[in-house]
Amino acid sequence: MYEITKKKFLSDTIFLMDVKAPRVAANCYPGQFVIVKMDEKGERIPLTICDYDAAAGTVTIVVQAIGASTKMMAEYNEGDFLRDFTGPLGCKSELIDEPAEELKKKKILFVAGGVGTAPVYPQVKWLHSQGVFADCIIGARNKDLVILEEEMKAVAGNVYVTTDDGSYGFHGNVNDKIKNLVSEGKTYDLVIAIGPLIMMKFVSLLTKELGIKTVVSMNPIMVDGTGMCGACRLSVGGEVKFACVDGPEFDGHLVNFDEAMKRAQMYKTEEGRAILREKEGATHHGGCGQCG
Amino acid sequence: MEVDVLKRVPVREQEPSVRAANFEEVCLGYNMEEAVAEASRCLKCKNPQCQKGCPVNIDIPGFIRAIEEGKMEDSFKVLSMYSALPAICGRVCPQESQCEAKCIRGIKGDAVSIGKLERFTADWARENGIRPQGAAEKKGKKVAVIGSGPAGLTCAGELAKEGYDVTIFEALHEPGGVLVYGIPEFRLPKQTVVAAEIENVKSLGVRIETNVVIGKSTTIDELINEEGFEAVFIGSGAGLPKFMGIPGENANGVFSANEFLTRNNLMKAYLDDYDTPIFHGKKVAVVGGGNVAMDAARTALRLGAQVHIVYRRGESELPARVEEVHHAKEEGIIFNLLTNPKEILVDENGWVRGMVCVEMELGEPDASGRRRPVEKAGSEFELELDTVIMSLGTSPNPLISATTKGLETNGHKCIIAQEENGQTSKAGVYAGGDAVTGAATVILAMGAGKAAAKGIDEFLSK
Repeated sequence: MYEITKKKFLSDTIFLMDVKAPRVAANCYPGQFVIVKMDEKGERIPLTICDYDAAAGTVTIVVQAIGASTKMMAEYNEGDFLRDFTGPLGCKSELIDEPAEELKKKKILFVAGGVGTAPVYPQVKWLHSQGVFADCIIGARNKDLVILEEEMKAVAGNVYVTTDDGSYGFHGNVNDKIKNLVSEGKTYDLVIAIGPLIMMKFVSLLTKELGIKTVVSMNPIMVDGTGMCGACRLSVGGEVKFACVDGPEFDGHLVNFDEAMKRAQMYKTEEGRAILREKEGATHHGGCGQCG
Repeated sequence: MEVDVLKRVPVREQEPSVRAANFEEVCLGYNMEEAVAEASRCLKCKNPQCQKGCPVNIDIPGFIRAIEEGKMEDSFKVLSMYSALPAICGRVCPQESQCEAKCIRGIKGDAVSIGKLERFTADWARENGIRPQGAAEKKGKKVAVIGSGPAGLTCAGELAKEGYDVTIFEALHEPGGVLVYGIPEFRLPKQTVVAAEIENVKSLGVRIETNVVIGKSTTIDELINEEGFEAVFIGSGAGLPKFMGIPGENANGVFSANEFLTRNNLMKAYLDDYDTPIFHGKKVAVVGGGNVAMDAARTALRLGAQVHIVYRRGESELPARVEEVHHAKEEGIIFNLLTNPKEILVDENGWVRGMVCVEMELGEPDASGRRRPVEKAGSEFELELDTVIMSLGTSPNPLISATTKGLETNGHKCIIAQEENGQTSKAGVYAGGDAVTGAATVILAMGAGKAAAKGIDEFLSK
């Protein structure tokens, strides 16, 4: 059993939890994920690591309450226990193994979409610890869904917030902001985009045009998360890869996003898709496959 | 009860038409009277051939004699000396090609039903609260066992009986490995049988820590250098599922047998009150002919589908146990033998709508000694389907070998270990089961776990 030592809501539907899991905290790196199972009958839910504290033995996860399981998780509070918490899983970010000297030469732009800001944060924080200041775009549908802005500002170079509805920061989506930055004369050697599939797809299309290497973090359907089931397979450069053991980070210019979006629908019922349409409105639609 | 010495006492089973719609155990086992009658058929050979056919070398005439004499507790004591998991082995071992294949009774009539008798004794012990005996003296030495499948549980049980302080590290949230995620409830009940035998292993003093992925949560080197383990056994199992590499394989509705079975067995997707979903196909093809393929097919059938087994060789080449094939046929699984998939057909929304297959014929023997199947030109045909389950075996998970210094693997990425004692290329590290051999059987994994326990005991006794 794994104790929740801290819980706070970052927006109406997005919440953060620190969970006591000393083995994970001592061995995890930015880019990796955990699998959480709340109770005996629950699903195994893959969640990307947002932060960790090896000394305290805690790992921070950030969750958007959107499905039945994550809504139930939102009911858990400090002092409650999660039945299972496994990890760290997947590969660490490739940045971790690069010498600081090399990293300092690079201009890196992170593009965080919605709750995807959570897995971006530890990478930016880690770079900061190496003396590297990366820029970061935080995109969200509206002001309420912008998370971790202050935390990000403390460790990033420039932080740019965009909202689809213009309720806060730059009015537009993350691609509009990338174009805007590039037209202002900014240059980047590397883009790391983490967010909804549709966002990662369009960021990758844009950066391919711009000739900027791009890394994305895939979060497909998984069961075990250790390579055993193959549910998380995706096509990368024409090869089949398992996100759990080969990823979750891949070259965004090689990922077959259309296939990944279809696969993400596997267990979405008509009813579930209808709820998503209602909840999410028309803001990020256009045949993404996520919302039917 | 009258006994014809040439014929085995038939075992009661659920009717095929009834069991095809439930997940209850197919085989109901012997009652006391039937077991005593069957035990009386054993010749109690002085030089028992059956024992030589057993990977864990059980004193088979010994435990059978005790059944015949009605001394059930003695019968269980004999079994426990050799196996930590008799109720499991009695159900899933391929006895027909091991102990029973060597039975002298089998020369003229039916071999003694050794597996069903083993199961009877183990079930009797459980129902009567009899547990195996632990070690009298502790050795004060820590051994780590990686994986709680049949190899790991056996190795841990044997070492605990010798007085070692054993901790099993399991990656999933439940112990049992393939016994829990792979083999379905209708063949191996999880709560009554598997959980109970794992409790027996724990009662010997073995600790089990779940949710620890060795190679990620910690490493073998850390277990040895920082946590004080003096030896390690790797029984991490088979690993990554194989796919065919044909068009359409990433369509929605194509699953590995591992995924399909894990959702159903470990995550209990077939029960309404569990949260994990499973896709209820109506027309399912399972590609492959092993025990795992039979398990997947019979699971899909119970979830309400019409099910085809698509296998590229013929009936006599099916790697699955005869009993499993027989049960599958009784339940109405359709066998498309000498048939190979060429392409999975996908509808406009990315879902499976069918599969193009080609008929095969058997040519010259290949490296495995089996006749190589070759395509019959122009024999392509389509099966209309909504689900395809690939059951083509697995390749080893590189997680442990990649994170352990000095641990050598072979060309198939299997860990290299000596057969007689499980010793790997790294001092103090032993391995056995599917991680070493590639996908095989529960009992071979148990045999390897047992051999490694002996190897570890010798290593730590020096």
